[in-house]
Amino acid sequence: MTAVNAAPDLPEGAKPRPAPIPDAESEPFWSGTLDGKLLVQECSMCGQRQLYGRSLCTNCHSAALNWVETSGKGTIYSRTIIRQNPSRSFKHMIPFVVALIDLDDGPRLMSNVIGTLAEEVQIGDRVRVTFEKVSDAAALPLFELDR
Amino acid sequence: MAVIAGVATSDYPHHPELTELGVHAIAADRALADAGISWAEVDGVASAGFFPMHTVQLSEYFGLTPTYLDETNTGGSSFEVLVEHAAHAIDRGHAEVVLVSYGSVQLSQMGRRLGTGGSGPPPVGPAAADAVWGNTLVGNYALAAARHMHEYGTTPEQLAEIAVTMRDHASVNPLAQFRDPITVDDVVSSRLVADPLHVLDCCVISDGGAACVVTSNERARDLRKAPAHILGAAHALTHHLNVSQMPDINLTAAAQSGPLALTRAGVSLADVDVLQVYDSFTITVLLTLEDLGFCAKGEGGAFVEGGRLRWDGPLPTNTDGGGLSSCHPGMRGMFLIVEAVRQLRGEGTARQVDSAEVALVHGTGGMLSTGATLVLGSHAP
Repeated sequence: MTAVNAAPDLPEGAKPRPAPIPDAESEPFWSGTLDGKLLVQECSMCGQRQLYGRSLCTNCHSAALNWVETSGKGTIYSRTIIRQNPSRSFKHMIPFVVALIDLDDGPRLMSNVIGTLAEEVQIGDRVRVTFEKVSDAAALPLFELDR
Repeated sequence: MAVIAGVATSDYPHHPELTELGVHAIAADRALADAGISWAEVDGVASAGFFPMHTVQLSEYFGLTPTYLDETNTGGSSFEVLVEHAAHAIDRGHAEVVLVSYGSVQLSQMGRRLGTGGSGPPPVGPAAADAVWGNTLVGNYALAAARHMHEYGTTPEQLAEIAVTMRDHASVNPLAQFRDPITVDDVVSSRLVADPLHVLDCCVISDGGAACVVTSNERARDLRKAPAHILGAAHALTHHLNVSQMPDINLTAAAQSGPLALTRAGVSLADVDVLQVYDSFTITVLLTLEDLGFCAKGEGGAFVEGGRLRWDGPLPTNTDGGGLSSCHPGMRGMFLIVEAVRQLRGEGTARQVDSAEVALVHGTGGMLSTGATLVLGSHAP
């Protein structure tokens, strides 16, 4: 379990980050984030771990799925630095890192790598999850370099 | 065996005086005139747009009541799929003349919603997985480019070669959005939009449309112009819009659709005289070349060096200047087909490829999500 941080103060004119809207399949995931847990779905038939939440396993198509907690650690599979995004929710964050992260004990997911200069974040870097609360229903699992 | 009997584009790239449907009307009317087939003969309409029932609306607007409709939407590759489907319908005798039409006023009226524009899908359901990180359309392709560079040592200069070649082709296309020649240095010193992609690694945003007329070889026999024969077609996908769901970000659906279409056509890669591939970004071209099999995975960077893709080089590609320099109204797949047919007919003007008899067309749609390949020939199989 990791601490869940409040969203940082916004500069004038900026809007909060968009908050995910949980539905029946994603509610356990987002509920977990509020408790500082990064959950993934695990198939009890074939053992596959997957995100996003579904009603069936994409490997064996069983419906026997459970949400399990991961270590929240992983490796950067790819990353880009966003230098143009006109959205008022993101413009003030530029330049910022969007990354695909392979979890040690779960699937690949997209997130941001925060807490360091964007240019320092490289493919292959180790990262660990941190949470930022964006609504009463969800905290975003963001990542920091794990050095 | 179905053929493409007529092709046309609307005017492009900037037409604030036109509506989306008006762009369709110009492109469709010109394509039918090019074929020498009248509106009255059209019994099939196929198109893809942003909203459901698009083809129904288009038919009403055209004043047509077709008995064959298709609005399969696979993003930018839609028009290759629509031609594939139209060929099946014609081969089965379920349609005689299918009008495949595309129109967009992305630049003038949609407000540059592509690329880095737009707020993305609402963060609900599967879309929430990738929608809340501030990523952009360009960013998805940048993630692929970054991984390719990491894994295979591909350089920004190699990607830039692709943009330079497309600009050279656009320089003699009087309609092209950008025609001034550029160098590799211009590309790599242009502004980064999403590392490692620079603004000159990205396609333009335009108004415009294009259309083609698919009919039977029999119907095409007494027409004014030679048709392009649809030798083979196939499509495939790797994921929907969440690039995090793509199993290998450097392996696109072209790896499936390309070999399938070539097998169905009975044609090998060595037979391909001219290539038209979706060039939303330079990396899109590089991955497509590898996945179609023109070079091994990871060797695309070296492959595109030395002007290989130039109209007078060994693998002439995007001879109209492509989406990178000529025109990209949002779903460019129809333009690829138009240019391929023109090349097969010897209508390629200043960028005509010598004795072009086989053209390969490959559309890519979504976030590197879908791929659709057409193999066209100037001769019946």
